[in-house]
Amino acid sequence: MATRTIEASDLALLEAAASAVPDPELPVVTLGDLGIVRGVAVADDGAVEVRLTPTFVGCPATEVIAADVRAAVEARLVTLGGAGAGAGAGSGSGAGAGADTSGDAGSTGSAGAVADLAHVEVRTRMEMSPAWSTDWISDDGRRKLAEHGIAPPRGGRASGIVAVTIGRRAGLGEASPLAGASPQPPTPCPRCGSTSTRLISAFGSTPCQSLRACRACGEPFGAMKAL
Amino acid sequence: MTTPVAQYALQLGDDALILSQRLSEWCAHAPELEEDVALANLALDLLGQARTLLTYAGSLEGRGRSEDDLAFLRTEREFRNVLLVEQPNGDFAMTIARQLYFATYQYELYAALCESTDAELAGLAAKAVKEVAYHRDHAVQWTLRLGDGTEESRRRMQEGVDQLWPYTAELFEADAVALELAGSGAAVDPRTLRPAWEASVAEVIEAATLTMPSGDWQPRGGRAGKHTEAFGLLLGEMQALHRQFPGAAW
Repeated sequence: MATRTIEASDLALLEAAASAVPDPELPVVTLGDLGIVRGVAVADDGAVEVRLTPTFVGCPATEVIAADVRAAVEARLVTLGGAGAGAGAGSGSGAGAGADTSGDAGSTGSAGAVADLAHVEVRTRMEMSPAWSTDWISDDGRRKLAEHGIAPPRGGRASGIVAVTIGRRAGLGEASPLAGASPQPPTPCPRCGSTSTRLISAFGSTPCQSLRACRACGEPFGAMKAL
Repeated sequence: MTTPVAQYALQLGDDALILSQRLSEWCAHAPELEEDVALANLALDLLGQARTLLTYAGSLEGRGRSEDDLAFLRTEREFRNVLLVEQPNGDFAMTIARQLYFATYQYELYAALCESTDAELAGLAAKAVKEVAYHRDHAVQWTLRLGDGTEESRRRMQEGVDQLWPYTAELFEADAVALELAGSGAAVDPRTLRPAWEASVAEVIEAATLTMPSGDWQPRGGRAGKHTEAFGLLLGEMQALHRQFPGAAW
């Protein structure tokens, strides 16, 4: 029966389901790769709450991401109920079959009360703090971005506030878009690997990308902004 | 009855919203395609900040108003944005001058607001200051390029910084809301932002071979809902759809 407690081990599976959702703008990477999924827990009212963080505050993909995550977690809940019900039959399982959300918030914290898994409410919550940084993009995510023709963000940036140097960039942008105190080597071309690339504009096709071009192969490409 | 934090969030949210609307007007009119994309991106960042701030203001005032209610159903006198952000775009140099002044201010503001005792404001500021760093860089690069460019671009850039200079005084004016909240550490006293702002702007203007503007005329009133003539037209355009088709959604 699909009616049982949501255990901590279930939450890990639900988080994995949320993390596996592809980014709607950059479908080659998952939300997990991007570091957007912050965690999954059962709220006091019995709902499953997925905490997400926006990359840019105004990113239009944010609402699509939330909807996709809800759908993925709801689907995973249904299969959880069907498969491993026996193993997870912990505290007072099977008692009130059909009871949707248990009003008496018995256990707080990570695991929840008895519920019909197919009818548990799934919510998403946007968490602004701590602020997302491109440092949170996984190595796997960086590799997939590069393979897709998008230069990954320059690694190793301390996640502090980036200072702007006042001075003209040769040819408007030889160095990184924000040439901070520690100049970084130029972004390599994801197509041919040449490091002779130039910044066309710090703003590109999505809020998180800038637009660059390769001098060697001539190909223009998007590059994730370091944030 | 609205709280001081709600009023403060409304001020900052209105600044972001109105500048976002102004920058959106450039879409398909910018000097080059890359600038179309850049200005639209700036507008989008500001819209995201505005949505967060207006939603927060609405939740605090306890009247059940959503971000859309606040953006589309208030009248001119109910908006709390500074006069600088509502000034017409003018030519590209004028828009860049407005960006230089405002992005430099917003950068200093958000950097300081990261330390706010209000967790919501601090969280947004920590996020937004990284975005605004790019806005400021964009304005700085164009100011240098236009100021230290041709005779014509230099003339226009100088005209831009000169014409908008009077409106910068209001950015650093301590109104009652900001002062009260600065006392408790929730807000930033706007006056404290001026030295860093002025040093930064002066450095850019000098590097761009331009002359630092001066003058005593300091129009103000935005924080009290007293706006300039152009603002009514901006609101008319921004609110028309929502007022004709209430609740319209994409």
